[in-house]
Amino acid sequence: MMRRGLVDDRLGLKYGAGGRAMRALVERVCLAGLGDVPVDGIGLAAMDDAAALRVGDRWLVITTDSHVVQPIFFPGGDIGRLAVSGTVNDLAMMGATEPLGLTCAIILEEGFSKADLERVYASIREACREAHAPIVTGDTKVMGRGELDGLVVNTTGVALCDRVVSDAGLHPGDVLIVTGTMGDHGMAIMAARHQLALEGDLRSDVAPINGLVRAALDAGGAGIVAMKDPTRGGLSSALHEMAEKGAVGILIEELAVPVRAATRAAADLLGIDPLVVANEGKAVIGVRPGAANAVLEAIRRHPLGGGAAIVGRCLSEHPGAVILDTGFGRRMLSEPEGELLPRIC
Amino acid sequence: MLEGGSADAVRELKFRDPARARAMVDALTRLTVDIGRAPVSVMHVCGSHEQAIAKFGLRAVFPRALNVIMGPGCPVCITDTPEVDEGVVLARQGVHIATYGDMVRVPGTALSLADAQAEGAKIHVIYSAAQAVDLARSIRDDVVFFATGFETTAVATAAIVLNGVPDNFSILSAHKYIPPVMEIVAEMPQTRVEGFLAAGHAATITGWGVFEPFVARHKLPVVVAGFEPLDILAGLVKLLELIRDHTPQVSNMFPRCVTREGNLRAQDQLWKVFRPTGGRWRGIAHVPNGNLRLRDEFAHLDARRRFTIDLTSLWDYAPPLLAQSCICGDIMAGISSPSDCTLFGQECSPEKPVGACMVSSEGACRIWHQYGGHPDLRGVA
Repeated sequence: MMRRGLVDDRLGLKYGAGGRAMRALVERVCLAGLGDVPVDGIGLAAMDDAAALRVGDRWLVITTDSHVVQPIFFPGGDIGRLAVSGTVNDLAMMGATEPLGLTCAIILEEGFSKADLERVYASIREACREAHAPIVTGDTKVMGRGELDGLVVNTTGVALCDRVVSDAGLHPGDVLIVTGTMGDHGMAIMAARHQLALEGDLRSDVAPINGLVRAALDAGGAGIVAMKDPTRGGLSSALHEMAEKGAVGILIEELAVPVRAATRAAADLLGIDPLVVANEGKAVIGVRPGAANAVLEAIRRHPLGGGAAIVGRCLSEHPGAVILDTGFGRRMLSEPEGELLPRIC
Repeated sequence: MLEGGSADAVRELKFRDPARARAMVDALTRLTVDIGRAPVSVMHVCGSHEQAIAKFGLRAVFPRALNVIMGPGCPVCITDTPEVDEGVVLARQGVHIATYGDMVRVPGTALSLADAQAEGAKIHVIYSAAQAVDLARSIRDDVVFFATGFETTAVATAAIVLNGVPDNFSILSAHKYIPPVMEIVAEMPQTRVEGFLAAGHAATITGWGVFEPFVARHKLPVVVAGFEPLDILAGLVKLLELIRDHTPQVSNMFPRCVTREGNLRAQDQLWKVFRPTGGRWRGIAHVPNGNLRLRDEFAHLDARRRFTIDLTSLWDYAPPLLAQSCICGDIMAGISSPSDCTLFGQECSPEKPVGACMVSSEGACRIWHQYGGHPDLRGVA
C-alpha cells in the first residue's frame, strides 16, 4: 500500500506545488468521474499541459491556468506577464504555437491599487505582443478585503495545429534538450518573497516561448516526440512525468544542465536543488537522436534559446525513474514532494 | 571565499574535478582487490559526509567490495528521547524554548516540541546560539536554550556563556562529543568496522590528535576528511591504504583546515563551560563521556538545576504505536539501512517523521528519501 497516493482531509500548500502531492490530488479527487469522458484526442486523463480535440483534420488545443504569484511584481516580470506566458507556453508544449486567442479573467481584492492594475495590464499587453496572442474576451470581479490576496489572474488559450506533441512520447534512445538555464523563475520569486539580500542578478525567465518552440518544430519535424514546460516542480517534476508516461528511464548529466551563476549561488545558500525550482520560459524537448543537433541549433539561434543544451537521454532500464549522473557518481533525481522550503539548519 | 565571486567557478575548483574523481575511484577498486576481503567495511561519523556522498552519487561508483557505513553522525538524530522530553516539559511549563530548527520536529516519548507548540507552548527557532541570547534580552520571561549538536555547535554555546547572558537565560544542554562514541561503535560486534572517516569540521576544533588514543586502543585507522567529493574519495583511498598496510594511525586528509592541535582557544572555551559525562545516545547505547553538561561554575545557567522538570507529566500520553516499529537506532549504529524499516517512505516521511533520522537533512532516512536510497546504478549504460 502506497500512502504517498493518499490525500489528506485538509489540503495544505503542497497540493499546489506541482510535485507528487499535487498529482495525487488531481488523480484522486479532480479527475474522478471526469477523466474517462471519451475524447478523440488528449483529454483530462492524460494530465498533459493542455487538451487537444480533433476538429476535422486539425487539432483544437485548449488550456487554462490561474495565477496567484506573490509578490505580484518580481525581478524579470509580474503576474500579468506570467499569466500570458504560462498559457501560451502550455499551448506550445502541445505543438500549438499560434494561439487564436486568450481569455483573461481577473479577480481583485477590495482596495487593490489602480496604478498596480494598470502595470499588470501593461505587461499583459506586452507579453501578448511578443506571443502574437490577442486577448479576445475577459472578466473582472472585485471581492471583499481579505477574501483573496491581492489579485488572481486566470487565462485560457485556444489554438489550432496540424500535429500534436504530447508529453508521453519518449522512447529509449531519445535525446533530451532543455531550451536554457534552469531554476531562474523560482529562485527570483523565493529571493523576493523572503527578501533575501543575495548578490547577483536573480531574474525570472518568464516569457512566451511559442516562437522558440515553432523554430524547434520546424527544424525537427516528426523527430520531436515529447515536450513539457518545467514549471512548478522544475526540471525534476517534468522529467519524472515524462519518464512515467513514456515508460522510459531518463539519465541526466548534471554538469550539462545550464544553471545561471546567480541562481546556483542562491540555491546552494538555501539548500535547494535548482533542478526542482520552477521555470516560466523554458521547455524540455524530447528528440529522436538523428534530429537532436538540428533542433538544438535551431533553438540556439532563437533569441530566447542561446543557453539550450542536450542534458540527457532515455533508457530502456529503470522505466519511470530519473537518474542523475553528477560527474562523480550517480543517484536518483528526487521529485519534490511539496512546497520548497529553505533549509533551516 | 572565491576570488571574483563567480558561483560557476565552484565547478572548476580542484575539489570538484570529475577526472580526478575517476582516478580515485580506480584506486579504491585496486585497493579492495589488494586487501582481498569483501566487504571491507569502513564507517563515517558525520551527517555532512553522508549528505555529500548521497548528493554526488558516490555510492554508485564505490567498488562493490567497499562498504561505507553511515555511523551516528547526525546530531539531531542522536539527541535522546528523554532530552526532547525535558524540552517539551519545560515548554509546557510556560518557559520560552529557543532551539535549532530541526529539533522542533524530533519526536519525544509522546510529543515533539512542534506538538507542544500546537498546544500553545512558546517555541522559537533560532539559527545561532547568539540569537537565543538576543531573544532573552528582548523579553522578560524565562528563555531556555535547548542546545544540541556536537563539539562544533557546543563551542558556540560555550562562547555565549563566557560572553555573559541575561538573568532570564538558561541552557538545557543536549550537546554530544563525538570521539567517545567511536569507541562504542568500534566495539559493537555487528558492525565489523575496519576504519573510520572522521569529520573534518569537528576536527578543526578538536584537532586530529584527539583520535590518537583511540587508534592506539583499537588498532583501527582514522582518516580526517573534508566534504567535497574529492575530499571524501581521497579520504577513503587513504583509509583503504592504511587498512591494506595494517597501519593503524591517524591521517589528516583535510590539512587545509585541520591541524594536530586544533583550535586551542575554542577547546579552552569548550572545556571551561562543559564537562563530559556519560549518557544515552538515541538508539545507540550509553556513551561514557559522550554528553556535554554545564560545569558546576555555571550551575545557575543550567535549566536542569534552575527548573523542576517533571517528566511524569507526560505519563498521560501514550507513546505512539508507530514509534515502536522505528529502527533509527540500528540504522545509526550501522547495523540496518532505511530500506529495512517497514515505516520508511510509508508512515514515516519528512513531512510526518516517526523517527529522528527522517527529520534532519543529515539523517540517514531523510537522505535516502531525498536521493532515492542506494539503488545499484553501476550497470546503467
